[in-house]
Amino acid sequence: MAKSGSILVLGGGVAGVQTALDLSDLGYYVYLVEKKASIGGVMAQLDKTFPTNDCSL
Amino acid sequence: MCTMYCPRPVVDTYNERLDITRAPHIDYAQAIPSSYYIDARACLRVNYETCNLCAQTCTAGAIDFTEQPKELVLNVGAVVLAPGFGRVDEKVLEKFGYGRYPDVLTAFEFERLTCASGPSEGHIVRPSDNRPPKKIAFLQCIGSRDETCGNGYCSSVCCMYAIKEASVAKEHEPDVDISIFFMDVRTMGKGFDDARKRAQQKYGINVVRARVPRVDEVDGRLALTWTTGDGEHHSGLFDMVVLSVGLESPEDAGLISQVADIELNHYNFCRTSVDAPLVSSRNGVLVAGAFQGPKDIPESVTQASGAAAIASELLADSRNSETVTVTYPDEDKSLEEEEPRIGVFVCHCGVNIAGVVDVKAVRDYAGTLPGVVLYEDTLYSCSQDALKSIAEKIKDNRLNRVVISACSPRTHEPLFQETLRSIGLNPALVEMANIRDQCAWVHAQEPERATEKAKDLVRMAVAKARLLAPLDQPTVDVTPTALVIGGGAAGMSAALSIADQGYNVVLVEKGRSLGGNLKRLTWTLDGQDASMVLKDMVEKVKAHKNIDVLTSAKVESVSGYVGNFTSTISRGGKTEMINHGVIVLATGGREYKPKGYAYGESTRVVTQLELEEKLSRGKGFLKNARNVVMIQCVGSRGEDMTHCSRLCCTQAVKNALKLKDLKPELNIFIFYRDMRTYGFYEDLYREARRKGVKFIRYTLVRKPEVIKQPRGIMVKAFDELIGDDIEIPASLVVLSAGISPGENEELSRIIKAPLTPEGFFLEAHAKLRPVEVAVDGVYLCGLAHGPKSLEESVAQAKAAAAKAAIPLAKGKVAVAPIVSRVNQDLCIGCGICESLCPFSAITLEKVGKRKKAQTITASCKGCGICASHCPTIAISMGGFTDEAIMAQIHAFSPEGCKEG
Repeated sequence: MAKSGSILVLGGGVAGVQTALDLSDLGYYVYLVEKKASIGGVMAQLDKTFPTNDCSL
Repeated sequence: MCTMYCPRPVVDTYNERLDITRAPHIDYAQAIPSSYYIDARACLRVNYETCNLCAQTCTAGAIDFTEQPKELVLNVGAVVLAPGFGRVDEKVLEKFGYGRYPDVLTAFEFERLTCASGPSEGHIVRPSDNRPPKKIAFLQCIGSRDETCGNGYCSSVCCMYAIKEASVAKEHEPDVDISIFFMDVRTMGKGFDDARKRAQQKYGINVVRARVPRVDEVDGRLALTWTTGDGEHHSGLFDMVVLSVGLESPEDAGLISQVADIELNHYNFCRTSVDAPLVSSRNGVLVAGAFQGPKDIPESVTQASGAAAIASELLADSRNSETVTVTYPDEDKSLEEEEPRIGVFVCHCGVNIAGVVDVKAVRDYAGTLPGVVLYEDTLYSCSQDALKSIAEKIKDNRLNRVVISACSPRTHEPLFQETLRSIGLNPALVEMANIRDQCAWVHAQEPERATEKAKDLVRMAVAKARLLAPLDQPTVDVTPTALVIGGGAAGMSAALSIADQGYNVVLVEKGRSLGGNLKRLTWTLDGQDASMVLKDMVEKVKAHKNIDVLTSAKVESVSGYVGNFTSTISRGGKTEMINHGVIVLATGGREYKPKGYAYGESTRVVTQLELEEKLSRGKGFLKNARNVVMIQCVGSRGEDMTHCSRLCCTQAVKNALKLKDLKPELNIFIFYRDMRTYGFYEDLYREARRKGVKFIRYTLVRKPEVIKQPRGIMVKAFDELIGDDIEIPASLVVLSAGISPGENEELSRIIKAPLTPEGFFLEAHAKLRPVEVAVDGVYLCGLAHGPKSLEESVAQAKAAAAKAAIPLAKGKVAVAPIVSRVNQDLCIGCGICESLCPFSAITLEKVGKRKKAQTITASCKGCGICASHCPTIAISMGGFTDEAIMAQIHAFSPEGCKEG
């Protein structure tokens, strides 16, 4: 049997979101599962990021 | 509405419990998905079957209490675990006064205080009295490097985030006095040491090297006592203490391990190995981010792409089997060519715009402008139903130009362009006026004038919209081959991944054989035999049918653009041309060649790699040895090169342990500036201390000296604790020589891939695009990017392979419609544009007798540098033609508009 072309990504923080984006660009269907109401994880709580001091959101 | 009417207050977890919200709420305005949710723990309806106020007040009828949890069964080919990290237990924080004294905060709480959208709107205030603190202390290693709480590892990120938070605090309150208490300053990330130095110099943040054991309260202030390296005791009073808490494994790590059937390590993080850092113990289950070990954002993003590459290798045969393709109707060219029929949609953005700007007045004003046939206001233009309604109205009124008067095109233009495409209009026919940021937000105190300015912006946008022209959206085919430059661990890993994903690879290595620095390594940091890792990789590369290996080869030139590169490779006096779609730079680095320290003058002075070579031949050379001295940061951190070489600390500790194994009675001294055994490598550091390895800190002002004597070698150094110089007769001196960049200059010039001041390749974005370079279709991994361990090189190579495979998998590269266009009748062939283009996207081609500039549309980013410098104004930018921009500027004065 051919393998499924879908992938489950557990966690919607910056790592999960990046994995999901790359996989969809690579031609796979992605289920992104996050326990909270919105994605972004801890990075969405940060004010600025070092060293560029870009806004996190 | 639901939040407004709900009678149940709950603590706001998004704001780290520093604020209060209601049971139904949204964490923050930009949350995705942007819908409100109900905190079931506090909801009266859920828990007591009373209330129901929110459901009744919701105008959209979006609250349904009868909904039940559903179980879904998904058939997937692979799983990527990215659950993030957990928080250090509050019991650990209690000994630092957390929970007892209100002005002891965690760094997460402090982060929310500094944030404009946080509970104090960005004002740094003490929770006890809401007044700004005058003196703040940051305590590092809370819940990290601390066996008493079970977390023996280093969390790797806290040193840097503390420095960031301290800098941000200084920007908010320049007079605040900030001290950070470090054991070691572990800013080993790329560019981090530089950023730290800048922060220290610019903001005057005090760095104290001491571990503070506890926090007490004295007269309403927080009292700290500490002991510095010279044995002196100190104490001080502070107004606020920030605990730099570490990253733990996720709270539900045990459950995840059970459900996914994977092994955890002794700290409950996912167990992986150095040569396969993203693979769990179960086939098909991958891991990325902090669950694999504490790490920062760039490394998490890198691992995320790397995990995607491995999933893509595993499922290469099923690519595109379950994806959905969006189709668009054909463009209505005849409608586009008709006289402009403009529709203006003015957005309320809830109260974001309408709370200041008189939206209805702006809408009616738009109706008076020439060419406008439809003018409306919408509550949220970007909501799904509003977009649908806009699309219908465009169709019904046969509009062929659209002005959205709302927020920033940076974030929302693609959404409206997509709406136009969905109904057969060219996406270039929409123009946005940003009346939220530029009117409602910046002029919140002057609503009338904000409204007038909104009218001005709409008038200007309409003037430009009249002159908008449809733009082509060409695509170019991609050659399904990758050129990987460099055959070390990173290059081989990237080549294998791309090949396993089903594409061809040409691997070019300048040396006679594959392997790079891995050939000189004896053991990996987790104790594996490095030669076996090397052998395994080389065999796989050589045997792979998709990989063509060229050794003793050099890249002479590269031309073309993403999808269609042509390179000349020279090899044994001959040259050959190769066509390829993408490039992976894996050119590696070198061990720094020490200067001074009697290196090269005595056989008793060696580098760490040279020591490993000796060790691999047995312990004979240790027969008469008594004292071994290691010196850290040779060449690194300002000695010769500015950067930190990241792995020498762990390498030294690893080799010290090896020496102790072979000859336990050996005295080993390690002179260091900061021990940067980050992550789980901290275990090795602790083990070395336990086995009696002596660690002595030094500073650049008083560096250890290696003195050659008639009978052996003497190391002379200052010992802070004794307060005096010590002399050690050394049987062997091992220099922890740093990592210097390879010869990247020529390649950098050929590819136009910029270098950092240190000579490593520069990534496109330090945080979010860590393996891409500014030139499209070129990716980066391994030591070419900066010093890193084998484990990190492999992960990064996989990430580069994922990014490189994206254009190969798509088969086509879409060209952004906003590109420069050269009017060749006006072009004089001066070449200014070619020399200025940062993306190699303009070339001079012979047209007839003269050279003329030509845009390579696939590489053009639409920055406009060429157009602004062209002396004959021969270059125009799609979507920003001179005519349209001039019309927009003329329309700034109402009179100009009438003329136009």
